Amino acid sequence: MFREWFANLTRVANAGEGAAYVFVVGSFNEILQTFDIPVTFPEMNSLQTAIRRVSSGYLAMAEDHGYSPDVCGYVKADVGLQLKGGEHPMGRVPKPCMAVLTNGCNTYIKWAEIWERSYGIPVVTIDIPGTRSPESKSQPGSEDFAYEQRYVLGQINELIAVCEEVTKKKFDIDKFREVLGYANDMTLCWQQVVELNKNRPAVYNAMTDGTVFLGVANAFRGTKQGAVYFADLVEEMEYRVKHGIGILRKTDHGMVPVEQKFRLALVGTPCYPIFRRFDDLFAKFGGVFVNSSYMSFGSGGTCAGYTYDLDHPLESFAATQLQMSRDAMDSMFHQALILEQTASKYGIDGVVFHPIKSCRTVSTGMADQRRFVAERLGLSTLIVESDFMDPQVISEAQMRNRVDAFFEGLISRRHQSAA
Amino acid sequence: MSKRYFTEWEGKQLDQIFSIARELVEDPSYPTVAAWRADGGKVLGHFQVYFPEELAHAAGMLPVKIRGAQTEGMESESLFGSYLCSIIKTSLDIALTKNIELDLFVSHPICDAARNLAAIWGRNFDYKSQILYLPQNANSRHAVEYLSNEYRRLLRDIEAATKVKVTDEALRASIGLYNKSRALMRELYALRREQPWLLSGDECLILISLAGFLRREEFNGLLETLLPMIRSRSKRAQDKMRVVFEGGFCEVPPIDLLQTVSRSCYVVDDDLFIGLRFIVEDVTEKADPVTDLAEAYLEKSSYSPVQHDLRKPKEKMLLERVTMANAEAVILASAKMCEPGLDEQVAYAKALDEEKIPYFISEFEENQNTFDHLAIQLETFVENIMFD
Repeated sequence: MFREWFANLTRVANAGEGAAYVFVVGSFNEILQTFDIPVTFPEMNSLQTAIRRVSSGYLAMAEDHGYSPDVCGYVKADVGLQLKGGEHPMGRVPKPCMAVLTNGCNTYIKWAEIWERSYGIPVVTIDIPGTRSPESKSQPGSEDFAYEQRYVLGQINELIAVCEEVTKKKFDIDKFREVLGYANDMTLCWQQVVELNKNRPAVYNAMTDGTVFLGVANAFRGTKQGAVYFADLVEEMEYRVKHGIGILRKTDHGMVPVEQKFRLALVGTPCYPIFRRFDDLFAKFGGVFVNSSYMSFGSGGTCAGYTYDLDHPLESFAATQLQMSRDAMDSMFHQALILEQTASKYGIDGVVFHPIKSCRTVSTGMADQRRFVAERLGLSTLIVESDFMDPQVISEAQMRNRVDAFFEGLISRRHQSAA
Repeated sequence: MSKRYFTEWEGKQLDQIFSIARELVEDPSYPTVAAWRADGGKVLGHFQVYFPEELAHAAGMLPVKIRGAQTEGMESESLFGSYLCSIIKTSLDIALTKNIELDLFVSHPICDAARNLAAIWGRNFDYKSQILYLPQNANSRHAVEYLSNEYRRLLRDIEAATKVKVTDEALRASIGLYNKSRALMRELYALRREQPWLLSGDECLILISLAGFLRREEFNGLLETLLPMIRSRSKRAQDKMRVVFEGGFCEVPPIDLLQTVSRSCYVVDDDLFIGLRFIVEDVTEKADPVTDLAEAYLEKSSYSPVQHDLRKPKEKMLLERVTMANAEAVILASAKMCEPGLDEQVAYAKALDEEKIPYFISEFEENQNTFDHLAIQLETFVENIMFD
């Protein structure tokens, strides 16, 4: 699916046309789909360079251009990509015709300012008020939620006006409804997928497989292809549950089940430059990731089951975007509180916090969240620091030592509780 | 006039006043705030950059700008990761060590570290910690209405913390007081632009810092007294280069750093504590006071790397600042690990290159304590330009 997706983007780029640059927290893909505007996710483009082990070259180009080693690696890889004329290991990324961003991550705003300056394109910020404090989160039906929703709806209407200007097309509410319908189907299935991992054995790896799922959830949101993918995924995962088939891993001898001794939650992102090897550090002890905050924030909160009311498409779209983006932000700032609710449901034995140099959004609060999880929930925790773009910041030997020590603790804890 | 908490400067010479004020500014234990609290006053701590202090003042609270401190940050160190700016850590640190005690903490969506700070604060203290979601889409037609509602929501929390109902009259009076305060600060900056030999960059920073924690009535009284004293200072103009210092909008560089810069140059304008000076005109009576305040943030404000507004491209605003101050060069600084500041440096440098305005790029940290290297680099920079 992604090869095809990138091939399409390459066609757009080669035809000299532009794409909308959007982000995973609040892509507003549903609006852009309605206008048939091709979209590209710069975050996904950047992470692909890391997975394909070519990120260093892109990062170096941006640093030569004046960007500090201490700013987000995603931004720098994109700067490198733009300087290379869109040349990407998966194809060619078109130049932007517009950009849509939220405040889901503050870096989105600084990032989009770069395109605004370089290309003079329309940049639409959709400002989504996040959770002010966990104890007073506004809920639908309240006065506070109503003013937030009005604000988001107003901005959505402004986005539609920009899309009409860019495409010279009128907004088609019926087509929008159809797109929302597909998005609803995807959301409900996505939520089911997340919850199916409460089963034992876990049916997928929330870090490695989960990253693939959230990629589809973003790129194919509001499409028939996306809806079919997620329906099939639910069917497959339910089949695995029914037949006791756990996580499978591709080997030279085909797909083989992995050993599941410890159920882990990941807080943060994967380590893309060593994507599989990072998982191996845990797998060798039978540690499996059954839950990950990344599935929430990385998919813009679309996995929580919020659906659109097709009778009131725009109002409902505004309310739901508000809830989803807010959930996505909460899964970064307040994941410790979320774990308080979910850890026992997923049978979590330990929590792995993975702060990264590139991303303050995800990483700033992790050490304190770890303290909270260890003290309040009594769970084993590990904090292992690296980066998701720059291989030079990753010390595998140091990581291995920390992971080994973490499992020694988990094993000893299990022996003690057995005794 | 009600009780004053900073009186040691009274009757002193100007140079002594700067010295006394500096001691107070650099004291991480905030003695005047502690004294206010000991008298039963409530304190609202708000993180950088902009906060509508009038809302807290109208309820009788003391708004205090939480802007880090020159401490080791040992207490908070274990609660943070590695790749972070210092101000985030030391701000929490002064609260954990009870150097400052609050009744309400407010952070802002200025950056991702600051948003996380509210969550961390909330997990470590019993009083309410929250984010005031200042709009990041200043260009939406709906931003003023949204922000007015957001201010009303915050007012409810302030009222709950103080048990004081804020009336429109009280808020109008507070707005009037802060209008006056901002006008005095503008006067101070105008004086420095016109006669920079009368007030150095570090002295100006000391005075503006006081606005972050003194009762505003007291701060205004102090500035009203000092402005004529500064004007009548017997200092002669020197052949120094006029520079703008840009990049101190959040984490504040040490006063010694500004002193080092001021030895080689006249700092004729800066963005230090820009949040306290963010509204650049008087907030006038048009609608209800809350809406007037919200409208001023969006329509009558300065700029910083953490407010996105298509009408105010930051590099254009910097060039305006340079022109208005008749500056010859720019010190483009950024706090270490400050993503918005570091990102902005690239755009600023490009714009300055295009305009052929010399600039000096530097990073700083609030805790740094050696400036020899900076002094040498800066002298070389100045000599290169002056003898070019």
